[in-house]
Amino acid sequence: MKKLINDPDDVVDEMLDGMLAAYPDRLRRLPDTQVLVRDDAPVDGKVALVTGGGSGHEPTHAGYVGDGMLDGAAAGGVFSSPTADEFEALIDACDAGDGVLAIIKNYEGDVMNFETAIELAEMEGVEVDSVVVDDDVAVEDSLYTSGRRGVCGTILVHKAAGAKAAAGGDLSEVKRVAEKVIDNVGTMGMALTSCVTPEKGEPTFDLGDDEIELGIGIHGEPGTERTDTMSADAVTEELTEAVLDDLDLDSGQEVLTIVNGMGGTPQMELFVVNRRLQELLGEHDLETWDAWVGDYMTSLDMAGASITVCAVDDELKELLGASADTPALTQ
Amino acid sequence: MSGDESDGDGPDGDGAAVVAAVEAVAERIERERDHLTELDSAIGDADHGGNMARGWAAAAEAARDLDDPDPQTVGKTVGKTLMSKVGGASGPLFGGSLVFASAELDGGIDAESAVAFAETYLEKVEDRGDARLGDQTMVDALTPAVHTFKKSIETDGLPPLEALAKAVDAADRGVAFTVPIRARKGRASYLGWRSVGHQDPGATSTLYILEELLSVAADRLDAEIPDVDATSPTLPDDAKAGAEDD
Repeated sequence: MKKLINDPDDVVDEMLDGMLAAYPDRLRRLPDTQVLVRDDAPVDGKVALVTGGGSGHEPTHAGYVGDGMLDGAAAGGVFSSPTADEFEALIDACDAGDGVLAIIKNYEGDVMNFETAIELAEMEGVEVDSVVVDDDVAVEDSLYTSGRRGVCGTILVHKAAGAKAAAGGDLSEVKRVAEKVIDNVGTMGMALTSCVTPEKGEPTFDLGDDEIELGIGIHGEPGTERTDTMSADAVTEELTEAVLDDLDLDSGQEVLTIVNGMGGTPQMELFVVNRRLQELLGEHDLETWDAWVGDYMTSLDMAGASITVCAVDDELKELLGASADTPALTQ
Repeated sequence: MSGDESDGDGPDGDGAAVVAAVEAVAERIERERDHLTELDSAIGDADHGGNMARGWAAAAEAARDLDDPDPQTVGKTVGKTLMSKVGGASGPLFGGSLVFASAELDGGIDAESAVAFAETYLEKVEDRGDARLGDQTMVDALTPAVHTFKKSIETDGLPPLEALAKAVDAADRGVAFTVPIRARKGRASYLGWRSVGHQDPGATSTLYILEELLSVAADRLDAEIPDVDATSPTLPDDAKAGAEDD
């Protein structure tokens, strides 16, 4: 498959340098790492928010570093977790003495590397707490698996917790709103095509011309069901019903929705999905408070989309609606 | 420790022995690289052999570069190198646990500190991985090894080398135990019942590490590796209770 790359081994490094060149007044790269932080980090008098994970999900993660959201993000290799020492460097660089909240997506590599880094940072006297995002309703959460995956709902955790930290909330308050989002958000995705990693250069999984995969993750891992192709409306119904089943919201509940592109989906198609999504919410007596459409958490060049629904109250509306100024999200 | 200013204990001391053990582990993992990858490709993402070989090679180099180190310094250096070079969950499990456990070797290596080291290492792996005996993970090799080692030293009063030989034997049985059970942690857990019948790669590499520790320890003591009776490994009491509950 054709790719606009030089060498697969250099992709992440060159991407980070390119991001820095695009946002020289916003971002700074810690020497000898793949960690990008706010240019003015550590920010005095504010709880620091940090995250990280594999690359290939752009604009996640560093795209959300800036005023009102994250203080820094560690980039791992494509679809693989950053190592604990990178997370530790990230925590150290962002801590201004008011504590650090680590926002971790629920993948074993991410969780274990971040937790190791947190324990090491705590030994150095840094106050660190963490939340684990697991919004993917497609995956069974049981004693027999490592639990649900963290996907696009994570952006809302960055946004709400970031606004709380910017408003002067202390570490426990920032953590509380992060957990409030996690408790009220669900996501389900689907793929029309497989992603192609730079390393492998060919599709990660085989999907026939007349097939789609429902319940897909963001690394080309298998979904929950493979079916014949369906219309946009039918796909939207499948995803939305799965999310709403999981959230079990009361009639009249206000929600924020995200139709997220997986990297290879035209905006035209995302808006077509959003149209049906909003109709469905009306049929369920839910009130849309805000509707986001775009590429927020991608899976390289995979064609497909995910639908995220988050129930919001007055507090979350204030935080999710607060100003933010980052490379990927400004409001 | 000697009375001079150096932190280390000289070329014949325990620090040098630990460096030798790390080099032996690095060579062994490199030899088993393809086998570990093969085990991982059946149930995981086929990177365990490559990741571990790369990490241990870097760790051996970092250990060699230390100037007359004490055992604790070697352990921490190796652990930190594994953390930064081994990707995925193995970095924190093998490397992070070693960093924390190495603090137990503050006063050098003797039977007592070796037991404390082993217990802390197991505890860190269990906590980090949230895994217990029977989840088809490296804990299945580590738990019988550590408990057998501790009992052999503290209850049976065996010499450390014989205790270590019994621990290796227990780990070997633990690796075999991973085959017929279902994965409850790790990437293999998403396979559900399809994980049954596969030997866990992390338990396997853990056994290789223990075998090399034993081999280097025997070498340093100029002793043969003791033959151990095929006795049942020692398990924690709650593990037995849990098995009955099932």
